[in-house]
Amino acid sequence: MSKTLIRGAKVLGGEPQDVLIDGGVVEAVGRDLSAEGAEVVEAGGKVLLPGLVDLHTHLREPGREDSETVLTGTRAAASGGYTNVFAMANTFPVADTAGVVEQVWRLGQESGYCDVQPIGAVTVGLEGAKLAELGAMHESAAGVTVFSDDGKCVHDAVIMRRALEYVKAFGGVVAQHAQEPRLTEGAQMNEGVVSAELGLGGWPAVAEESIIARDVLLAEHVGSRVHICHLSTAGSVEIVRWAKSRGIDVTAEVTPHHLLLTHELVRSYNPVYKVNPPLRTERDVMALREALADGTIDIVATDHAPHPHEDKDCEWAAAAMGMVGLETALSVVQATMVDTGLLDWAGVADRMSSKPAKIGQATGHGRPVSAGEPANLTLVDTEYRGPVDPAGFASRSRNTPYEGRELPGRVTHTWLRGKATLVDGKLT
Amino acid sequence: MQRHLISAADLTRDDAVLILDTAEEMARVADRPIKKLPTLRGRTVVNLFFEDSTRTRISFEAAEKRLSADVINFTAKGSSVSKGESLKDTAQTLEAMGVDAVVIRHSASGAPYRLATSGWIDAAVVNAGDGTHQHPTQALLDAFTMRRRLVGRDAGLGKDLDGRRITLVGDILHSRVARSNVDLLHTLGAQVTLVAPPTLLPVGVETWPCEVSYDLDSTLTKSDAVMLLRVQRERMNAAFFPTEREYSRRYGLDGDRMAKMPDHAIVMHPGPMVRGMEITAEVADSDRCTVVEQVTNGVSIRMAVLYLLLGGNEPAVSHARPTEEK
Repeated sequence: MSKTLIRGAKVLGGEPQDVLIDGGVVEAVGRDLSAEGAEVVEAGGKVLLPGLVDLHTHLREPGREDSETVLTGTRAAASGGYTNVFAMANTFPVADTAGVVEQVWRLGQESGYCDVQPIGAVTVGLEGAKLAELGAMHESAAGVTVFSDDGKCVHDAVIMRRALEYVKAFGGVVAQHAQEPRLTEGAQMNEGVVSAELGLGGWPAVAEESIIARDVLLAEHVGSRVHICHLSTAGSVEIVRWAKSRGIDVTAEVTPHHLLLTHELVRSYNPVYKVNPPLRTERDVMALREALADGTIDIVATDHAPHPHEDKDCEWAAAAMGMVGLETALSVVQATMVDTGLLDWAGVADRMSSKPAKIGQATGHGRPVSAGEPANLTLVDTEYRGPVDPAGFASRSRNTPYEGRELPGRVTHTWLRGKATLVDGKLT
Repeated sequence: MQRHLISAADLTRDDAVLILDTAEEMARVADRPIKKLPTLRGRTVVNLFFEDSTRTRISFEAAEKRLSADVINFTAKGSSVSKGESLKDTAQTLEAMGVDAVVIRHSASGAPYRLATSGWIDAAVVNAGDGTHQHPTQALLDAFTMRRRLVGRDAGLGKDLDGRRITLVGDILHSRVARSNVDLLHTLGAQVTLVAPPTLLPVGVETWPCEVSYDLDSTLTKSDAVMLLRVQRERMNAAFFPTEREYSRRYGLDGDRMAKMPDHAIVMHPGPMVRGMEITAEVADSDRCTVVEQVTNGVSIRMAVLYLLLGGNEPAVSHARPTEEK
């Protein structure tokens, strides 16, 4: 494999430096590196980050290839600066056996755009009743370490306890979709002033917070670690903060959309804003940003959830929940965290690459940008400003809440183990 | 007036008074031997009902026919909708047949708003009740009934409901009638009080432009109108209240409670009534109960709304009278 010299890149937002890639590895980082024999990429002051890692992606394959495939999803990931995504288990069939996770893993290998690490279901068919063969999924070629019934909550306290205990045998982690099912029957949006007015079924904050409270206590009791998916309320932040202060081994993620959008948008009844957990209040948004900045929330995860057009071009109650996010995540984080002064680029690298890789035990990802490390890198034009145009998405789906919204930042290059997957904003 | 009628909250005071005044003119038509105006001759209105509601559909149909519109009734049951056709395709199919207005009833909150704002169709959209969101023509006919009874049929023309005390009792949480009435009555200057067990009030109700009480008896003496909302028996199974009997004892209107109301005060109900639950037969059949008048007034209000939305720039009856006198 040939050499590449990235010239004048602000590594993690620092002073401009040159980064030399040789084969799949970063050969050197420094000033005035020799370009001999290397293809030169003029970074011109763009910011260089380790390749992003998404702990929460829905790739939809197998089963819903009309909305996304592993190939289109990994192309979207590369466009957004990602080099590793964790594929959620709620496919058809559900990724609850070694066979299905190996299939997803192999499709990821074949795609060549981004590493795909399958997440295994906690329970058979995501039904919350019977543990799936977690050990078999771990021992498969896919080497599953993260387990989640995402889309559904592991609501039975005994099943959750057993899962937390069981995965300790091989260092796994359960990622909980915190949603008390009885409190959210018929739920359509955040329960509050707006839902009362719009006449849409409420999804109360307490339905999330009560499960998180229970699960951090369970994790403490059995000495396991637990990861909380897409935390969305100020109250959840308080519980996780308290749990961490007690030494409980809990990690938490927030989505880009929960850092930016509020339930006021639902007044349009446009299902592009329909998502689970729902968009919350301005107060929640501010609490989530603060928690991501101070480390209470460990990572940003996209919850990239592609849906075909017809599943959103309808009345609110009939629409599917979810938004695509891989191709806009970094821009939203720049808008909400960097441009607001809450986080610097080193902080972004930590929340969007190093920590998610650590939680998911992704080898070779989320590493420092330094000599000898795998060349998983992403180059960001942070000065760019422009409206989001879904027509340009690599994802098969277009259900973005940001259409036409002006967002900062644009990923121009992505390298997966030294191989460029994105060059000047175009997929290779 | 706007092009669509989606929510009572979209109406200004002047819009609302114009509709009420126009409805009074429409009501006079009903007193004539030939109860018909040529106003919407050659215009087509479709009643697009995705949710069963014989009363509301018949009321709209009567209004449309009295205005000489061509009427198409579409009910979801047995149609292509039950075979999986989307709201968008159904609406576009109907519009392709040349429809000027769509009267829509849908179980999904916001469906009429989507229909009016998504660029799917060009026709005027009238919300005939959507989920637990809005039912603006019901609120208008209720306000019309109140104005007639509390202000006067002729004395009320051009007037609103300034200072009138209106109490709504029952399942506020699931009621589009309550939401529409709170919005419209507030716009018309009335003081609204909602009475319900706390389980049947939405989280966030404290921001609505009204008072909230859990105690019916204390509000009755201070009410010019008491509107009872239907309480579905199924709610009992979802633990909104313990038993029907307990609900009736605490929130039902019987003769004794009605006697506490001021002499001029009226009892209203949007129907269908559950006798013995929120209202006793004695109250339902009394002179103070306006249930049947509300039905009559519903036709006048819907005539006024359709007339004004479909381009009635001139006063309805001066436009209509010469034609009719020919």
